[in-house]
Amino acid sequence: MLISGAKALVKALEREKVEVIFGIPGGATIPFYDELYDSSIRHILVRHEQVAAHAADGYARASGNIGVCCATSGPGATNLTTGIANAYMDSVPIVALTGQVPTAMIGKDAFQEADTVGITMPITKHNFQLRSVEEIPTVIKMAFKIAKTGRPGPVLIDIPKDVQEREGEVTFPKDVVIPGYKPTIKGNINQIKRAAKLIVNAERPIIMAGGGVILSNASQELKTLAEMFFIPVVTTLMGKGCFPETHPLALGCIGMHGRKVANYAINDSDLIIAVGCRFSDRSTGAVSLFAPEAKIIHIDIDPAEIGKNVRADLPIVGDAKSVLTDLISCLKGIRKEKTEWAKKVEKFKKEFAPFMDYDQVPMHPARVMKEITKVLSSDDIITTEVGQCQMWASHFLPREKPRTFLSSGGLGTMGFGFPAALGAKVAKPETNVIDIAGDGSFLMVCQDLATAVEEKIPVVVAVLDNRYLGMVRQWQELFFDRRYSSTFLGEIPDFVKLAEAFDARGIRVTKPEEVAPAVKEGFESDKVTVLDIIVDKEANILPMVPPGRGLKEIIE
Amino acid sequence: MERYILSVLVEDKPGVMQRVSGLFRRRNFNIDSITVGHSEKKGVSRITLTVAGDRKILEQVMKQLNKLIEVVKVSELSEKESVVRELALVKVRTKNESVRSELISYANIFRGRIVDVSKNSMIIEITGDSEKIDAFIDLVKIYGILELARTGITAMIRGAKREVKK
Repeated sequence: MLISGAKALVKALEREKVEVIFGIPGGATIPFYDELYDSSIRHILVRHEQVAAHAADGYARASGNIGVCCATSGPGATNLTTGIANAYMDSVPIVALTGQVPTAMIGKDAFQEADTVGITMPITKHNFQLRSVEEIPTVIKMAFKIAKTGRPGPVLIDIPKDVQEREGEVTFPKDVVIPGYKPTIKGNINQIKRAAKLIVNAERPIIMAGGGVILSNASQELKTLAEMFFIPVVTTLMGKGCFPETHPLALGCIGMHGRKVANYAINDSDLIIAVGCRFSDRSTGAVSLFAPEAKIIHIDIDPAEIGKNVRADLPIVGDAKSVLTDLISCLKGIRKEKTEWAKKVEKFKKEFAPFMDYDQVPMHPARVMKEITKVLSSDDIITTEVGQCQMWASHFLPREKPRTFLSSGGLGTMGFGFPAALGAKVAKPETNVIDIAGDGSFLMVCQDLATAVEEKIPVVVAVLDNRYLGMVRQWQELFFDRRYSSTFLGEIPDFVKLAEAFDARGIRVTKPEEVAPAVKEGFESDKVTVLDIIVDKEANILPMVPPGRGLKEIIE
Repeated sequence: MERYILSVLVEDKPGVMQRVSGLFRRRNFNIDSITVGHSEKKGVSRITLTVAGDRKILEQVMKQLNKLIEVVKVSELSEKESVVRELALVKVRTKNESVRSELISYANIFRGRIVDVSKNSMIIEITGDSEKIDAFIDLVKIYGILELARTGITAMIRGAKREVKK
């Protein structure tokens, strides 16, 4: 059919079952927005493009579908980049659409021109620049396929304005072939058999589960494997929720601010079954000291992750769900009694239970987490900002289900949690969504309270208000002789008034007994709610493994 | 540090060289040389890369290259089993007749060709593996090299054997 490029784009997006786009229009995307005006796709107008990308990211993490965001050329596109990089580091499938100056103007330093394809090359799984109307359906199809399959990631499509305006003859393909792109899904069966043998013979096995378990929906298989052999399970930050943290075998997160029992157990193990994780430095501590006696089975869909950061004694490239399924069937019929190791770990877990019963006012954030837990159901979605607030949430808030803990793991982006909460709430309107924020992070994106209110996305933002860039302050306290260089933020703003200025609701919370009712009120309200939770200014997130140290060198 | 030769088949699309070279910079890999041109297949170009590093680095390089969507195939070419060639153009100062004749005889020994002669200089074209070119340059540098252009390595596996995908 003969249609405009803009129309072809919208039709192609509809065919990919896109329900919502987060974005801001601009000069180079007006033709596209004109077509979007008549489309069934909901457009959510944000107030900053970074928010559009993070919201699409949150939408994707919460739903498992592809999130879509859109920005105009030049500054619109450059504002998206933080969100794109964030999605890239955490393997989140998003598709970013950017306007571009007309083809004939490219390279002339035209108004609002930026080399978006060049800029985003290292932070996307792949990117495209459209040059004709005819290629639109194929490119969109390829973009969605690349974003979602294999190891997921962001894909960007740069669309010059004239390509949107011009008419062309288009047909919509059912599928596309991408010659250089063949992700390995099924694991090598001989390797899997070897892994089975290692598991049967291990004395001190442990499962290390990462975000890949969530991405491939392999939680059930992981649980089956753990229970068959009483294997304790630790997760990375990205894996939080893939295994119920209320389960007797769950030890919680490992890493710099991981649970003591988790860090000890992985370091003392003789076999690590690593599933869908990439051994980031925040998870492993000093690699040279990491689990010295353990053999490592590394299951990952991305071959480049194997051997990148740690040695893998037995690599298995493939999709976590598929590999675990095959592994379980290799082990069928074999059962093990609860081992001494499992018993010992269980005992340690009780001994090392984190302390949260602080009574002080201003409150200790650990106590705030304890109070929030009282009103959380297992379906509620938690997003986090980055820094101390993130680590308090990951350390103290137990999660039982995948896709209920959304955090910026790899890039560590302050300002992620609130937009991600918006995206998650749009994906799951019936679910309670709460952003565990710090005042520093929230101020980076608080203008989008406007979006939340205008678009009626009633999330709760719980600001742990300590008036500091808390994580940096903590490092300054511990490693820089308390020289608080540029980390005090001042006594402004008043977060209650800030919320009210946007016609959101603001509640100040100062005492432990006020926390749970305030969160509940926020969940039950159809208004956007900001909780200004006044916490101890110099509370530290502990335990902590100092940077460059082994996982057992814990400051408590 | 070892030197490895990689042959990379890529889709002939705008920006593909930037993707490949950008990857090396971003991942902190070292490229010694990079050459590119059409392959035997329409729409597919062949990039020949030489990489400095060890086996572990090489493995990461190959895996990361394979992740690029427009990379169709990556193979390692062992120097033993491959024909490895580089071309150099060397402009040498010729201050008198005796230098000129010495250069001509050297060019002959190295099976090079004189491709340009002027009053004060001469351009010699020389082809071979990198060591041969290094040796030639070493030999003539006493006369004064005015300009030097080397193409970087291109290579192909010997015999009927095809490159095996890794």
